Amino acid sequence: MDILNNLFPNIYNALNDFFHGLLRGANLRPDAESFIVSLIMGLIVVVFLVAISPFLMLSLTWVERKVVARIQNRLGPNRVGPWGIFQIFADMIKMLTKEDIVPANADRWVHFLAPVVTMIPITLILAVIPWGRGMAPADLNIGVLYVIALSSLGTVGIFMAGWGSNNKFALIGGMRAVAQIISYEVPQVLAIVAIVLLAGSLSLVDIVKLQGGWAGFRWFLFAIPVGPIAFVVYMISAIAEVNRTPFDLPEGESEIVAGHHTEYSGMKWGLFYMAEYLNLFVVCAIAATLFLGGWQGPLLPPWIWFFVKTLLLILIAMWVRGTFPRIRMDQLMKFAWQVLVPVALVNIVLTGLALPIFKAIGLI
Amino acid sequence: MLDRYGLIGLFAIVAIIFPLIPLLLARFLRPRKPNRSKMETYECGLEFEDFPVEAQQVWVQFRIQYYIFALMFVVFDIEVVFLYPWAVAYNSLGLYALVEMIIFLVILVMALAYAWRKGQLEWV
Amino acid sequence: MSIDLVLTYVAFFVLAAITIIGGLLVAFVRNIMHAALALMMAFMGVAGIYLLLEAEFIAAVQVLIYVGAIAVLILFAIMLTRGLMTRTLPPENNQWLAAGGLALLLFVALVYIAVTTHWPVGTQALAGTDLIPKIGTELVTTYVLPFEVASILLLTALIGAIVIARE
Repeated sequence: MDILNNLFPNIYNALNDFFHGLLRGANLRPDAESFIVSLIMGLIVVVFLVAISPFLMLSLTWVERKVVARIQNRLGPNRVGPWGIFQIFADMIKMLTKEDIVPANADRWVHFLAPVVTMIPITLILAVIPWGRGMAPADLNIGVLYVIALSSLGTVGIFMAGWGSNNKFALIGGMRAVAQIISYEVPQVLAIVAIVLLAGSLSLVDIVKLQGGWAGFRWFLFAIPVGPIAFVVYMISAIAEVNRTPFDLPEGESEIVAGHHTEYSGMKWGLFYMAEYLNLFVVCAIAATLFLGGWQGPLLPPWIWFFVKTLLLILIAMWVRGTFPRIRMDQLMKFAWQVLVPVALVNIVLTGLALPIFKAIGLI
Repeated sequence: MLDRYGLIGLFAIVAIIFPLIPLLLARFLRPRKPNRSKMETYECGLEFEDFPVEAQQVWVQFRIQYYIFALMFVVFDIEVVFLYPWAVAYNSLGLYALVEMIIFLVILVMALAYAWRKGQLEWV
Repeated sequence: MSIDLVLTYVAFFVLAAITIIGGLLVAFVRNIMHAALALMMAFMGVAGIYLLLEAEFIAAVQVLIYVGAIAVLILFAIMLTRGLMTRTLPPENNQWLAAGGLALLLFVALVYIAVTTHWPVGTQALAGTDLIPKIGTELVTTYVLPFEVASILLLTALIGAIVIARE
């Protein structure tokens, strides 16, 4: 058990020592040696995290298809491999071998850059997530703000896709998506303010640490009443921010074909798809970190706890998708500005008032 | 400082290269047989070139509504920038900090209320 | 020279190049939407330079406000302007001489100030001190008046925009 608990930090330390030993023979200056080692170790961490993201995304698509199929009383993918598990590789091959069609009227450069620009900020957020005890690749003082700032860049790629395609459906879908994302970003960040108030820190590592002990009852989710309110507001806005049903108007196929990726095919479309699922993973991982105590938990190794909590939230998002119909554009905007924003603002004031009480009972 | 943001910098470089790899890989695997109707802008039911010229114009003028929402977003985003450092420091400050923040919030809620009252929060 | 310092220099020149190229593209590109996208690139470069100056909070704010919000506002403003999208306008008009002269004057003034100001250079790095609680404390104590006035400014801006939009 202990081996599993510290599996990744131990591997990291072992590799670190290995490279130090390897370079000692070369008789470099001490600062040069430690620089080269930290560069190699940094590259290993970064490439590992970036390389698992396609697999995360592909397995999430499979889980989603299975879960939604069960909710809708279907079987879902079941032909390729046991329970259709190899469907994910079939999908990958398909995306790689499809022809890449760029409309003659499109703005070639913007059209090409849009999927790339969409992927970059989401990938960068992976750098600050505390994946387990001592497993945050970078523990920043401004962790929460870093996440918010980067996720606000999601609009840029979507707008570029909508505009660069030179297609009515794409442009309308892109504009709608941007309007929706910026509207739901406001309640989302306001909900997080309540957590920052409770934690008194912007570092994600500190926020997780503060939620330890009391068999899970120190999770900020249980800081009644402000924690649950913030959590619900956050989850609703997060689902809206990743454009999922019931907030998937930007790609509502019954009116605007596929929204901003109408004119995309092959791997470029695959990148949008990947960004969407990676984004879902990231918002749920941040929710698990902020509200559900991150990697804190008994018995199981911390990093497994982190994935269990994240997967649970993802399953809730899929359940929502399988259950609710798509809402209308006016309902969407009204809900963000007239319900979620006022609730989140009141919640901030409530948290400010409740903080001395939480302190008195030792919750914080 | 440098070690943490050095890692972020490394991450940024890898994050830029990473989406290009599958695109490059696909370049060698995919077929490439362009023809005229394939390269056309997608339309429902009709050929795009059959449209009258003015209807082929895609980059149309959008409504002011979008701009109002973007402006509301900017206002609340700036508010959030003030809220975060306040929230971090609040633990060590007294109740006066809460009162000052409530004044700040009330002024901004007036903006929200004004937009609400004037019907600008409705999507028509 | 230590490796850290070399790396900082390299990072600075890369970021400065991103900022300057972005700025030049904004000024000289013919398509206004490309100019807006290049502006975002310049903003990102500036955010990186803030990070090099160890002003991480300002860097995050730069990304959040300028790239995430102001740039979207600019894009929407372009989209609601009639006919702006269809033409590729020449980036200069008959006022280019006056504008260029003013820009040059501003540049000279900035360089003059930067060179002649005595910059207080600390001998120790600020590393380790978390400045965000300090910003928060200053905001509600020393700078409470500007802080509240800022919200009135935001209120005025929004009301003004709504009034203009309704006409």
